[in-house]
Amino acid sequence: MSRLLLKGGRLVDPASGHDGPADVLVDDGRVAEVGPELDATGAEVVDCGGLVVCPGLVDLHVHLREPGREDAETIETGSRAAALGGYTAVCPMPNTDPVADNAGVVEMVAARGREVGLVDVFPVGAVTVGQRGSELAELGAMARSAARVDCFSDDGLPIREARLLRLALEYTRAFDAVIADHAQDASLTDGAQMHEGEVSAMLGLAGWPAAAEEMVVARDLLLAELTGGRLHLCHVSTGGAVELVRAAKGRGVRVTAEAAPHHLSLTDEAARSYDPVFKVNPPLREKADVEAVRLGLADGTIDAIATDHAPHAREDKEVEWSTAPPGMLGLETALAVTLTELVGDPAPGARDPQPPIPGPPNREGSPPGSGGAPAVHSPSGYLDLATAIERLTTGPGRCRRVPGHGGPVAPGTPANLAVFDPAATWTVDRARLASRARNTPFHGRELRGRVVHTLLRGAFTVRDGLAQR
Amino acid sequence: MSGPQLVLDAADVGRALVRIAHEIVERNKGTDGLVVVGIHTRGVPLARRLAAKLGEIEGRQVPAGALDVAMYRDDIGMRPPQATHDTELPFDLAGRVVVLVDDVLYTGRTVRAALDALTDFGRPRAIQLAVLVDRGHRELPLRADYVGKNLPTAPDQAVRVQLAETDGSDGVVIEGPARKAVAS
Amino acid sequence: MDKHLLSAADLTANDITRVLDTAAHLAKVTDRAIKKVPTLRGRTVCNLFFEDSTRTRISFELAAKRLSADVINFSAKESSVSKGESLKDTAITLEAMGVDAIVIRHGASGAPWRLAEWVEAVVVNAGDGTHEHPTQALLDLYTMRQRFPSFDGLKVAIVGDVLHSRVARSNVLALTTMGAEVTLVAPPTLLPARVETWGAAVSYDLDAVLPKQDVVMMLRVQLERQRAGFFPSLREYARLYGLDARRLDAMADHAIVMHPGPMNRGVEIAAEVADSIERSVIADQVANGISVRMALLYLLLGGPEVVA
Repeated sequence: MSRLLLKGGRLVDPASGHDGPADVLVDDGRVAEVGPELDATGAEVVDCGGLVVCPGLVDLHVHLREPGREDAETIETGSRAAALGGYTAVCPMPNTDPVADNAGVVEMVAARGREVGLVDVFPVGAVTVGQRGSELAELGAMARSAARVDCFSDDGLPIREARLLRLALEYTRAFDAVIADHAQDASLTDGAQMHEGEVSAMLGLAGWPAAAEEMVVARDLLLAELTGGRLHLCHVSTGGAVELVRAAKGRGVRVTAEAAPHHLSLTDEAARSYDPVFKVNPPLREKADVEAVRLGLADGTIDAIATDHAPHAREDKEVEWSTAPPGMLGLETALAVTLTELVGDPAPGARDPQPPIPGPPNREGSPPGSGGAPAVHSPSGYLDLATAIERLTTGPGRCRRVPGHGGPVAPGTPANLAVFDPAATWTVDRARLASRARNTPFHGRELRGRVVHTLLRGAFTVRDGLAQR
Repeated sequence: MSGPQLVLDAADVGRALVRIAHEIVERNKGTDGLVVVGIHTRGVPLARRLAAKLGEIEGRQVPAGALDVAMYRDDIGMRPPQATHDTELPFDLAGRVVVLVDDVLYTGRTVRAALDALTDFGRPRAIQLAVLVDRGHRELPLRADYVGKNLPTAPDQAVRVQLAETDGSDGVVIEGPARKAVAS
Repeated sequence: MDKHLLSAADLTANDITRVLDTAAHLAKVTDRAIKKVPTLRGRTVCNLFFEDSTRTRISFELAAKRLSADVINFSAKESSVSKGESLKDTAITLEAMGVDAIVIRHGASGAPWRLAEWVEAVVVNAGDGTHEHPTQALLDLYTMRQRFPSFDGLKVAIVGDVLHSRVARSNVLALTTMGAEVTLVAPPTLLPARVETWGAAVSYDLDAVLPKQDVVMMLRVQLERQRAGFFPSLREYARLYGLDARRLDAMADHAIVMHPGPMNRGVEIAAEVADSIERSVIADQVANGISVRMALLYLLLGGPEVVA
């Protein structure tokens, strides 16, 4: 294993509180030394001047589609996309085919991730058999398997019966695992296509009221309180949900929460184009909700940013809105969207990034920049850089165990690191993403923040912006 | 100096119309079976005036009509869609002599469209064309039977006919780059 | 006007006036011996109907033919084609055939917007899901203009299932653009979210609203709405929101009744008044529909964009 010196960068390591210039020496897959002006003897020097060095990002919530929908994404293409996004660990959801509801499938997914070797894969197991919502899956077997599953979810689907969620929360106390719920009331969202509000009413698309998420969040929090179990709330998207979580945490309920970059930056106005790339579950909400989620992320009510990376085959999204499956890509743009929309411009006096004006429908193949998603404009920043990185690295580590990831960057720890340029701007081109799918809502947008290197246990998975495998 | 230049005043216009009316009567040996149809927009008031004049000369009413040719133009798709107007032909065309009236004869394409439009309404015995101004530059093999004034012009000039009914007063004006229009 | 006609919101007051004026002139073509003008000769218009609607389709077909355009009819029942393949693949095929305009009716809101992304042709929305039906609104406005001198301050009530009605949305947009005073009357369950932002008044009480209206537009209530629980029974709906003889009497003498058709007798229109209303309504719909659609095809296909 080579010896590397990441020299001259700004080390932001939330777990240790470090935020300032520091060199990082990597040896034999681990961090050997951290400090100013380190000795470079025997090490390959990687110039990190002007760049930020931080722990590799951790994504609590991705869909890698393998097994079953390899036409949309595979563990390999998803891992590559993740590495390019600065990630060193991802947690794929179990709604595959077959469903990851037993030790065999989760071990297979983890093994495949190891084989590809671009990120560490920590599978999420299903809560119920087949995600059918009627009987608990063998949670213990999955927890004890080689995949060491420590988070279970029926994501994609809500756990409809309160009784079942209660049982799951209680049962997993035995191995200190967390239940991650996708909060959605089925009867209020039957046939729903987008957020219920002024826009949905005008567009003639059945609406999904915020209450349909909030009432289930409320139920889940009460059950977490009742059972003392660990609850994680997936993709929180409404102001009311953030309020409920804030209050519950205040009472000491064992709950963590995540929010997706798209819920931190896009509103239901995006649906006016009827382009199903903006169709997602939970749906894009109103400006006030986006604002509340941002504030929730800032004050720690929301612990982590998780992409809910949901690739879909191209032809599945090139249809009418109502026919399209919900879901957006996120791995390759998460860091940049966070920096652009939430952190504000690092260079004093620099112009704030302007959201492009939504234009008339784009022909396929038109160059990026000729149309894009309308966004909530962030003038001065909701988070500082260190907090943003915390929500992408250490924060996820509070929600579930991802050993070796999230920091601290300290001697002896595995060298899972990301190096990025916080000032570099780039334009998202869906045709040039590593993901097999193209359904990114940020196509054509100019973003700030670009991953330069990603290291997994001291080896480059991404170097100078290029995937190494 | 390329400002507008008046080449026919109100009196000139009036005299031209009177002369045309007499020529029509002479050529058709009276006004029996004659109808006058104006092409929108300014052909319409001109047609009405001619019909009235013909009525005076021969002592019997000559019917007048209006024809909108927007739907028959040959440049559909090349310029923005033209505004439409009402077509009123309150008579049967069969066996009639139709005197088509327009203010300016230029490329001839409007007249061609008018001929097509008219033919969709019936089969006149004959169609004759009366124009207040012929400014040359025909692009089709068409000619007027009755001309108020021949006005040689350059293509970069504009000829504007003003009528009391549409513009407040009568007159013919030439506008355009520095050239003197030679009135014959 | 814009290149496509997708939404009534695309049309300015000038645009709408232009369409209605042109329609009035083109209406005369129907009275001629030769019911045709050569205007769109050599152009091809495709009727792409994913939902059955013989009336609208024939109206567009006749309109195109009266302008001497060639017409292709493509009927595709949504259920018989697998998801996704239908619209985009069809669009590519039509594009390859070189059609100039596509008139699309589809069960999914927003389908015309997707189609417009995939073709060079002009796209005309003939009804998309529960979203809009702009040509219907234009023909409704044309009918109103035949009876009333101005839209300014014209009192129009739209009664019924506003939530699921594309006719309602397009009409509210077009009428408010023209300065009319629109009132929406429906049970609360059949009104869209935030409807108070639509620029129309809202009422749950039909009897209170009726006497002041110049135009009363009754929307069709589909029977499946009752099954889905939007109101308890058809009988209750008819009692509270149906137009019967008593309510007809309560209307002003000069007021007119409109209906986008076809009527549900005994639901939104009582059987005893349906016959007398139906005849005049259908007559208006048919004749005016063709004229308005001719005007639209002419203005959309007749040349490069006009800046109103």
